[in-house]
Amino acid sequence: MNLNTSILKYIEDVKSGIFTVEEFTAETLQRIKDVDGDVHAYLSLNDSVLNDAKLIDQKIASGEKIGQCYGFPISIKDNICITGTKTTCASKILENFIAPYTATVINRLQNEDAVITGKTNLDEFAMGLTTEFSAFGPTKNPWNLDYVPGGSSGGSAASVAANECLASLGSDTGGSVRNPASFCSVVGLKPTYGLISRYGLISYANSIEQIGPMTKTVKDSAFLLNVIAGQDANDDTTINNDNVNYLEDIEDGIEGKKIGIIKEMTTSDGLSSEVSTATKDAIGDFESLGASCEEVTLPTIPYTVAAYYTITSTEAGSNLARYDNIRYGYELESEGYEYNSYISKSRAKFGPEVTRRIILGGFVPSAGHAGKYFLKALKVKSKLISEINKAFEKFDYLISPTAPVQPFKFGEKIDDPVTLMLLDYNTVTANLTGKPAISVPYRVINGLPIGMQIMANSLNEKLLFQSAYALESKTNLPEVPL
Amino acid sequence: MTKIGLEIHCQLTKLESKLFCSCKANYREFEPNHNICPVCMGLPGSLPRLNQKAVESATSIALALTCDTPEKIAFFRKNYFYPDLPKNFQITQLNVYGDMSVGGEGYVSVEDKKIKIRRIQLEEDPGRIIYEGASERTKITLVDYNRAGTPLVEIVTDPDFESPRQVRVFLNILSDLLENLGVAEPGLEGAMRADGNVSIEGGNKVEIKNIGSFHDLEKALHFEITRQQSLFERDIEIAQETRHWDDRRKITVSSRSKEEDQDYRYFLENDIPWVKIDQSTRDRLKENMPESISSKKERYIEKFDIAPQVADIIASDRYYSKLFENAYSDNNAKDIANLITTDVIGFIDTKEKQQNSKITSKHLSDLVDAINSKTITRNSAKVALQEIVKSGKDTKFVLDEMDLGQVSDSSEIDTIISKIFEDEKQAVIDAKERPETVNFLVGKVMQKTKGKADPAKTLELIKSKLNQ
Repeated sequence: MNLNTSILKYIEDVKSGIFTVEEFTAETLQRIKDVDGDVHAYLSLNDSVLNDAKLIDQKIASGEKIGQCYGFPISIKDNICITGTKTTCASKILENFIAPYTATVINRLQNEDAVITGKTNLDEFAMGLTTEFSAFGPTKNPWNLDYVPGGSSGGSAASVAANECLASLGSDTGGSVRNPASFCSVVGLKPTYGLISRYGLISYANSIEQIGPMTKTVKDSAFLLNVIAGQDANDDTTINNDNVNYLEDIEDGIEGKKIGIIKEMTTSDGLSSEVSTATKDAIGDFESLGASCEEVTLPTIPYTVAAYYTITSTEAGSNLARYDNIRYGYELESEGYEYNSYISKSRAKFGPEVTRRIILGGFVPSAGHAGKYFLKALKVKSKLISEINKAFEKFDYLISPTAPVQPFKFGEKIDDPVTLMLLDYNTVTANLTGKPAISVPYRVINGLPIGMQIMANSLNEKLLFQSAYALESKTNLPEVPL
Repeated sequence: MTKIGLEIHCQLTKLESKLFCSCKANYREFEPNHNICPVCMGLPGSLPRLNQKAVESATSIALALTCDTPEKIAFFRKNYFYPDLPKNFQITQLNVYGDMSVGGEGYVSVEDKKIKIRRIQLEEDPGRIIYEGASERTKITLVDYNRAGTPLVEIVTDPDFESPRQVRVFLNILSDLLENLGVAEPGLEGAMRADGNVSIEGGNKVEIKNIGSFHDLEKALHFEITRQQSLFERDIEIAQETRHWDDRRKITVSSRSKEEDQDYRYFLENDIPWVKIDQSTRDRLKENMPESISSKKERYIEKFDIAPQVADIIASDRYYSKLFENAYSDNNAKDIANLITTDVIGFIDTKEKQQNSKITSKHLSDLVDAINSKTITRNSAKVALQEIVKSGKDTKFVLDEMDLGQVSDSSEIDTIISKIFEDEKQAVIDAKERPETVNFLVGKVMQKTKGKADPAKTLELIKSKLNQ
């Protein structure tokens, strides 16, 4: 049985009886047992996964109405809640937190008969770009175990790349879906802000983050978005997408479309020569597909990383304030402490990156400093929005490499937070502006992947998928050597 | 000159659910921590869902207080750590980039003085902290989150009050208004709370917190004014600070300075998109708003010639005004109003009694008809009322059952008078010499007839017998 298959192919095979859901799930489980000791994509597994699969086989056998997912195995980033399961955010502070409710995206997957394999690793509270900040140890890149898988959704990306599931849900606050997708050679989508319900996603920077599908193919990404997108009564920020079918017309191509090559993202100092070459190749591919490419400048981009960290730290400082270990958390004797000393002791369990951002989040919006930092960051954000809206008057798409570099070795950048932050240089713009962006696997050079990023205007996911599918069809990538 | 400003918090207890989830707004009937859910407990991954009805209720309050109401409102996070705050931030409102809270710039007239309403905002109430034993020495602090997320309206006034008495009059007007609007029950324990700030000429502003009731507020304000004046007289600077009302010792005590320095790091709550309140919504709210107490009072005085004090009592209480509105006709309004304020109030003087009372508007109009047609005396009406409040039985039935029909037959009264003249010889002599003592004899007749004799007729008959 070939586990390196797409969701759509899997569904065809189950429908035509080539294998059962249970057989495929058992094989996937075996694969997890075989490789996850090395990869460490998962933090916990679904104990009843085989039983869940069996129930779907029974449904199929009895001719009962079956959901469109046909039991394909999907992993979930461990910052999304599922009733009765641990949701740790890869943090010691939530090590034993068992969610008493289920996220909307999970309900939608389960209503359509997807099978959840388990919860995947991440940088603590989704803050990081390598999974090295997970309190439970890093995830390895399946392409080369000495290299980081990207982050923060590194566990999700690795689980898909290593064939430990067919797809995963990650979350993207500044590139956390797209960056690891690029590093692990999978497709990662950050949709328009408000397209997917965040109910049940543990907030880090709630004004800009979105849950996003991570898949082996562009069509799978569109398929998964069909299942999970749309308005939700539990999330006031969701928008009505009129039940668009994102798979429809996906093969229409991009002939005659206008593509803007973002100058700031393709000429920056941090860009590696491999990534630069790949980008030029991609531009060539787009042109050969009938699109016209032209450089475009968004002058505010050099300020976006600073603005991004200012805004996200402010929101993180507030969103993570609830972890005082009073209503839930971990065992900690309270005898002998008064309130303030108790919470400072319990909050000492946060790891270094989370602590750094909480401290920053206490400073940048504080009275006397807000004008210099937080309010200025909001100005950068609104300036960027008007610049990008203007660019979308002219262009259908804006492109760049997803990350300025290829995966690097563990420990290489962890002690240099500013260099790490610059890895977000190409991805934060989509979050700050709320626009949809996708990372498409494009090259594997020296055994390490490179992804290309395409952005489109708000709610233009359908258009976005058409270009991503067209680019994907131009590639011929090797199989993961694991 | 003394300047006092207020910050009033009023729960919107008439709403079905909390501000951001479907737990009950009326949390009072629950066991501790039994009116909670992932949202009001701020569990990781939960999101607030704005209760649109709460926005409407708060807007109604703003409109009733003649405030300007903006087209769009926004919510903010007020960040601070406290055990009663599940998220360690409170979702509230703030006016930073123009007007973003439900209302501002309104006023309330208090005895020919306009008290300016600076701002009205909608926010969530925190949970409740219960200290086991005295708060300073307790080893155990309990938190009940049933209240967390209850819709709360904060009303902030300018420092326009000159005396604690004015504050009391204002708070009475305000709580009547909120109750009349049908959005709040200020009588419920803890449903309406007020903090004050006081400054005297030449001194800094001092805020007083932790005040349990309006009664205590008045005491706290008095104490604070006296304290500040004595400092001023001795040339000691009055520090700008926050003080807590110590209910046990009935004094204000300086709070730890830490609390004042708190930086709340306000920023927009992005989980709740801006809320549009368009003109048609405001028009609808205005249209559905019950008649204001002041216009009701004016109407009673002008249309029915009811005395101002009587009109005031009836107009400011929803229960009495409803009884009145359903009972009166154009020719008996004044009598109904008087019956309510002289007799009904005596039997139904608390909210609880109002709830249990069986009296209806029909009873009132029947009783006034009976009095006016001289079927019964005013006195008998009072006796009947007491029974009606309890049983709710039909008026005619009660009058018959209690034998309260008026005695107006001259010969019957005459017979009784003759008997009294024999028994009370000295009183008869007195009455002949000093006519003003005749009331004693009238009273005797009333006693004998259990109040049923027509008083006017009785007096007339006694006078003519005295002159014989």
